[in-house]
Amino acid sequence: MRYVKAENLETAAALLNGEPGISRILAGGTDVLVQLRSEAVEPDLIVDMKYLDGMRDITPEDGGFRVGAAVSGAELGEHKEVCALWPGVVEGFELIGSTQVQSRATMAGNLCNGSPAADSVPGMIAANATARIFGPEGFRNCPVADIPVSPGKTSLAKGEFITSILLPARPARASDAYLRFIPRTEMDIAVSSAAVSLELDGDGTCTAARVVIGAVAPTVLLVQDAGAALEGTKLDDAAIAKMVQAVEAACSPIDDKRGTVEFRTKTAGVLAKRAALIAYERAGGKK
Amino acid sequence: MALDTSNKREFKVVGTRVQRPDGIDKVTGKAMYGADVTAPGMLIGRILRSPHAHARIVSLDTSAAEALKGVKAVVTTADLSTPEDDYFADIRDNCLAREKVLYDGHAVAAVAATNKHVAKEALKLIKVEYEILSHVTDVDEAMKADAPIVQEGRADESVHEGWSQNVTSHFEFGHGDLEAGFAKADKIVERTFKTAATHQGYIEPHACLASLGTDGRGELWCCTQGQFLVRTKCAEILGIEASQLRVTASEIGGGFGGKTTVFIEPVALALSRKAGRPVKLVMSREEVFRASGPTVSSSIDVKIGMTKDGRITAGQAKLRYQGGAFPNGTVEFGSQAAFAAYDLEAVQTLGWNVMTNRPKEISYRAPGAPMAIYAVESVVDELCQELSLDPLETRLKNAARKGTLSSYGPTFNDIGLVATLEAAKTHPHYSAPLGKNQGRGLSCGFWFNFGGNTCVSLNLNSDGTVGVVEGNPDIGGSRASISMMAAEELGIPYEKVRTVITDTNSLGYNDVTDGSRVTFAVGLATIEAARAAIKIMCSRVAKIWGIDEEAVVWEDGCAKPSGPNAGEFPPMTIAEIAAIADNTGGPIAGHHEVNADGAGVSFGVHIVDTEVDPETGATKILRYTVFQDAGKAVHPDYVEGQMQGGAVQGIGWALNEEYIYGEDGRLQNPGFLDYRIPVASDLPPIDTVILEIPNPGHPYGVRGVGETSIVPPLAAISNAVSRATGVRMTELPMSPPKLLKAMSER
Ligand SMILES: Cc1cc2nc3c(=O)[nH]c(=O)nc-3n(C[C@H](O)[C@H](O)[C@H](O)COP(=O)(O)OP(=O)(O)OC[C@H]3O[C@@H](n4cnc5c(N)ncnc54)[C@H](O)[C@@H]3O)c2cc1C
Repeated sequence: MRYVKAENLETAAALLNGEPGISRILAGGTDVLVQLRSEAVEPDLIVDMKYLDGMRDITPEDGGFRVGAAVSGAELGEHKEVCALWPGVVEGFELIGSTQVQSRATMAGNLCNGSPAADSVPGMIAANATARIFGPEGFRNCPVADIPVSPGKTSLAKGEFITSILLPARPARASDAYLRFIPRTEMDIAVSSAAVSLELDGDGTCTAARVVIGAVAPTVLLVQDAGAALEGTKLDDAAIAKMVQAVEAACSPIDDKRGTVEFRTKTAGVLAKRAALIAYERAGGKK
Repeated sequence: MALDTSNKREFKVVGTRVQRPDGIDKVTGKAMYGADVTAPGMLIGRILRSPHAHARIVSLDTSAAEALKGVKAVVTTADLSTPEDDYFADIRDNCLAREKVLYDGHAVAAVAATNKHVAKEALKLIKVEYEILSHVTDVDEAMKADAPIVQEGRADESVHEGWSQNVTSHFEFGHGDLEAGFAKADKIVERTFKTAATHQGYIEPHACLASLGTDGRGELWCCTQGQFLVRTKCAEILGIEASQLRVTASEIGGGFGGKTTVFIEPVALALSRKAGRPVKLVMSREEVFRASGPTVSSSIDVKIGMTKDGRITAGQAKLRYQGGAFPNGTVEFGSQAAFAAYDLEAVQTLGWNVMTNRPKEISYRAPGAPMAIYAVESVVDELCQELSLDPLETRLKNAARKGTLSSYGPTFNDIGLVATLEAAKTHPHYSAPLGKNQGRGLSCGFWFNFGGNTCVSLNLNSDGTVGVVEGNPDIGGSRASISMMAAEELGIPYEKVRTVITDTNSLGYNDVTDGSRVTFAVGLATIEAARAAIKIMCSRVAKIWGIDEEAVVWEDGCAKPSGPNAGEFPPMTIAEIAAIADNTGGPIAGHHEVNADGAGVSFGVHIVDTEVDPETGATKILRYTVFQDAGKAVHPDYVEGQMQGGAVQGIGWALNEEYIYGEDGRLQNPGFLDYRIPVASDLPPIDTVILEIPNPGHPYGVRGVGETSIVPPLAAISNAVSRATGVRMTELPMSPPKLLKAMSER
């Protein structure tokens, strides 16, 4: 196994592109190292990205924020403006692991590890976040929603990696929230999850809604119908019920040691409802 | 040895909260655990494990692994000896499979290599050809006549003709006329319960360093609850003499009963003997889950009859326990414990021990009792609900007390159940208001406790300080308690005593640290050893003073003349006596060897408040109080720690912990991510109330406290959930998917 500390984007891309065997990118390492130790993978090449220029920066951009791919949960959680603008994204990211894990874990790593239960991903997709990707062909931008393909697989091409994630600007009366269900209170993996991002008009009517669910399908899912059910409403019971129905209809989970199909489907709806109400209140909506 | 009742004792050291002797080493990382020792030339061992639940080993070819550079030894069962006793042969076959693999994770072969990478490569080169056999992991399935047979011909004489060969033994306890009892009842409830297998979840995986020569002389350093037992088992399995194998117990990172046998030690010794070099073997967490000794899973029927005013008229329990792929005896304990809290005219328990394709069960804190008492206490609670009776009053009405003929045979002496129930009744927790979706549950708990073989030396140092040498690894604070009892008896400060746990060649045989026996039995032996040393000190002083030995008494750490007739002499302190021991007859030490009796059973009562989320089935523990009889709490911090620790493990067991097997018979959750023990934020503070009803069998009244506390949580929580939701759960764990489903079917 080779470990390389990347010196610049180009050599990193070239190294990854040239590796015929298994390669992994090392951001926080909280997935990679665990997988190494448990002998789940034996990579031939590990490229460490943490030290590249700009990877640890959080920079304002067009009213939103560009978050470097190596920014940890602890760092993002201490950034007051990001927390104020995208509280749901931050709370999802901060749910990952423990204090120790928070000081290393990254959103890009969480996304590219490819778990349908990844806690920061529903929030990013609800936020309509965009990843900036570097590869042998140079830079490109890609919606976060288009990156997960199936459990453990992403749409990134060989040699490509994420350099930053853009959390966009949003109107004044807008907010988001993320909830997950775990059998314990922490140090666990989502059995189901939901992120909801809302925009409201002056009288509290929802003008735009994105509802995203996790751990109930092969990838994190944006449920268009669920968002549509909330738009034009003040999140009255009927709208919520319709949204929950859409969420349940979109679920295609598996029965496994972590939960049954029935349980995952039911709780995804419950979490979406609860997250929607939190986001609504955060956005200044009154019920 | 009886309670000292002659003069009502005023304790000076016992009952205080002195500083623990191992704390600083543990928090600074200095403590030496199983994996912390190394030796010159040491090799690293690794074990190849079965990927199948049940298969015949058709062939096993280790030649390619042996040929790999850096590999110094490969062992299989052929490298082990042939013990005569089935008990040892089973342990051997669990350490390295013979002919068949019996469960997912069963060890097949092992390698020792110059480093872990080579060892890992070598495992891949071992060729095993398996003939896959059908398997069974569920206890009820395994008892069916047509179930796959785990091992043939293992049933003992108690097993009836026609039962599945997986049933290895059968027990029956009780007294009275059941039929007449049930006829007197106004209400009878009959339910079937299932509990999942759980793991002790100790934080330190099994680890050892072994060095064994071809001459049969060896050293073994390992993490265990009993070095003497490790020596016996390893000597049998390796075919060497006990005297030639010195076993030293490391500091231990938890055991809870799980470290009362061997899994890797004989393998490491065999590798070392073959390689001619020391071998270190450390289990990974995955190996610990797949191939150490979780507790039994169970299936239990309970039937209880009650009168309208809450008197139990008869009780019956049928308990079926699977203990993995080898015969085990745990159902006997469960059958004995099931109704222990009750004074019953008619009671019967029947128990079946069953083999399945799962790892060989080993003790877990009050082995066999939690699930049995869970089933009984659930039915008692349901009867209280049905008959609108107060669950505490009902238990008081039926409580076992001094003179009760217990459900398992003996008549109880002084026991603390009634006092414990009374304490619970008057505690503010029992009458505190509850909110929406909240419920309160309670349960009694019981454990036998044990005494056993114990051997202690107490050495007086030349500066007047004292060293106690004992043979029981300290898993719950026993070193502090032993030092305290020595200090108490000698009349010196706690700080003047240091207790160490020694190796197998430095002391006579000691039973393992189990059965909540150590503070009781080692304490008792320590007190006697101190008395023996005091006797010697008094005789030395008598010589100096030129008076009769009987005319010297021991008080407050000094020898004194017994009265005016003995003569006028200034008291001699222990330090003064020690300083001149050379001139009065040489070193001074006290010893005591005993097979201690009179451990004194222990009862506890737990009260718990839960809140259940009606939309997700998640159960939150809001408030928890443990009431337990400690006889005499030598070090109250540690006693409280045992009470809290047992409650927490029980909470995990009730809510989330379980061994999950797939259709293929493989364990699906061999790690702490999906084997869910509670985390700190899952728990409220666990309140404790210690009761002290002196045990007549110990000079200070001490009873074991380590195990009873894991018994009540299962039913207490299930009863609380039932009252919060209106749903009676009969399966553990009550994980959210199960509870939500039950609530939706309500
Ligand atoms: C104790 C513990 C608890 C955890 N709890 C949670 C939890 O509650 N919720 C949860 O979702 N996860 C949890 N995790 C998993 C993990 O912490 C997260 O997925 C984390 O966000 C991964 O980030 P990382 O920077 O550590 O990724 P790494 O381990 O460094 O990398 C993960 C994967 O992403 C790839 N990768 C990393 N960076 C990039 C990049 N810039 N471009 C392309 N690919 C990249 C790597 O090749 C690798 O495949 C937990 C892990 C541990 C050890």
